[in-house]
Amino acid sequence: MRRFGGTAIVILACIAIWQLLYLYVGDSALASPLQTVEKLSVLLRTGDFWIHVSETGRAFVLALLIAVLGGIALGVILGLGRLAGDVAEPILVTLYSIPKIVLYPLVLLCFGLGMSAKVAFGVMHGLIPITLFSMNAIRQMKPVYRRTSQVLRLTTLQTALTVIVPAILPEIISGVRLGFSLTLLGVLIGEMFASQRGLGFLLTSAINLGQIDTIMAIALLLTVFAIACNTLMMMFDRHLAHR
Amino acid sequence: MSAAASEITVKSDAVKQMPVEQPHVALRGITCVFHSRGRSLHALGPVDLSLTKGEFFSVVGPSGCGKSTLLDILAGLNPPQTGTAQFEGKPIQGVPDGVGVVFQEDASFPWLNVHDNVAFGLRRAGVDPAEIKRRVDYAIGFMGLKDFAAAYPAQLSGGMRQRVCIARTLVLQPRLIMLDEPFGALDQQTRLIMGDELLRLWRETSATILLITHALDEAAMLSDRVGVMSTRPGTFIDIVETGWDRNRDSRVVSTPHFGDITARLWEKLRVEALKMMSTSETRSS
Repeated sequence: MRRFGGTAIVILACIAIWQLLYLYVGDSALASPLQTVEKLSVLLRTGDFWIHVSETGRAFVLALLIAVLGGIALGVILGLGRLAGDVAEPILVTLYSIPKIVLYPLVLLCFGLGMSAKVAFGVMHGLIPITLFSMNAIRQMKPVYRRTSQVLRLTTLQTALTVIVPAILPEIISGVRLGFSLTLLGVLIGEMFASQRGLGFLLTSAINLGQIDTIMAIALLLTVFAIACNTLMMMFDRHLAHR
Repeated sequence: MSAAASEITVKSDAVKQMPVEQPHVALRGITCVFHSRGRSLHALGPVDLSLTKGEFFSVVGPSGCGKSTLLDILAGLNPPQTGTAQFEGKPIQGVPDGVGVVFQEDASFPWLNVHDNVAFGLRRAGVDPAEIKRRVDYAIGFMGLKDFAAAYPAQLSGGMRQRVCIARTLVLQPRLIMLDEPFGALDQQTRLIMGDELLRLWRETSATILLITHALDEAAMLSDRVGVMSTRPGTFIDIVETGWDRNRDSRVVSTPHFGDITARLWEKLRVEALKMMSTSETRSS
């Protein structure tokens, strides 16, 4: 119970700071917590808003699925082959350090306006961290696990599914936690430009119209969503650490 | 063990008179050379060795002498450059059926509880569930893990985790069990107790045991024969017969005969260990 008490205090403190900041900068730059919640509840009761939410949700789920499955598969392959890993790691790190937004025009040209471009841009953000985490997890896995699976005469597939994946699962979850927020970032940025639907598009149009309460309401919704998912993954992570 | 020294000679004759059939394990002219980054390292050999079915054989040697390489060859994990290795009359290619290996490092899977760790190999091999339950329950009971079947390795001590690894090998009913410094990371008391467990397991399963160790007392107390290896490239410079009774346990350490065996082993090994130190290389075996 003490843990929940602590969480509640942090949330209350954040709301208090938000309120104070609002009183300081005024209506022109911020909406108050109360105004934001009111606006959000209005938005949540309009059908149009849900179209945008589901659009973003679909793009995000698809992008996350590709980033997670692709990242783990790539990471496992690169992690198992020592040379492949040595070659790929600096390339991946360098690729990742490119500000991906400058490539977005190219992504739009390749995938066209709409869903696939958003998904691709989300994957571009999420895939590499998950790959790097999985790859390093395999390289740091105790060698005795692989020797054990050899001695137990497991097939390659059995070794991968029943030894390697469970052994690296905690690191993979850390990678997915990072990849989760980056993929969400990628999808939203993708929607903010050259898009007609989605929460990112709503944000851009709200910015253009100066609807501060809408901006804040969307930000609040995304924050709550991201924190909730992250908490779930952290709980799963803790559960694994306890074993 | 009140076995007096006078009895020992009789027992050792009995060992020699065991029916000499085809050796359970046979190595002939085995050498192993590693190549890495343009340098080649003659790690092992030439080594000749034959083990009788059901014998307890230990290998001692200075660190880096190729003891573990020898085990890798027998387990089919690493083919030798020259020579032939046979298990039950068949050449060793890949990991042979009927061979179990226990490693020095803790190889228990932290994501499985004790019961599932022990059942792991059988499940992968597609053994019938009723049979798995029977064998796993037996192995868990035999290794004294009954109260910990639902525990995870993180909740157990190093000795208990090594028991889990031994139980995991035991359920596969191997005919040759190889152990690579299995008690190296444990404290002295635990090592003696684990030695007793190993002897009990050996008597119960009548498997052939090959124990790799750097502890002379462990080798002297547990084995029928102890092979002493030289520094790299490792070869057998002496094979000592202990002549222990099959029903021995860790209490033999208080007998004068135990002192004699250990002294003989150390006499041979001391020279090699000194050579090893003078080359100032400290690669692990």
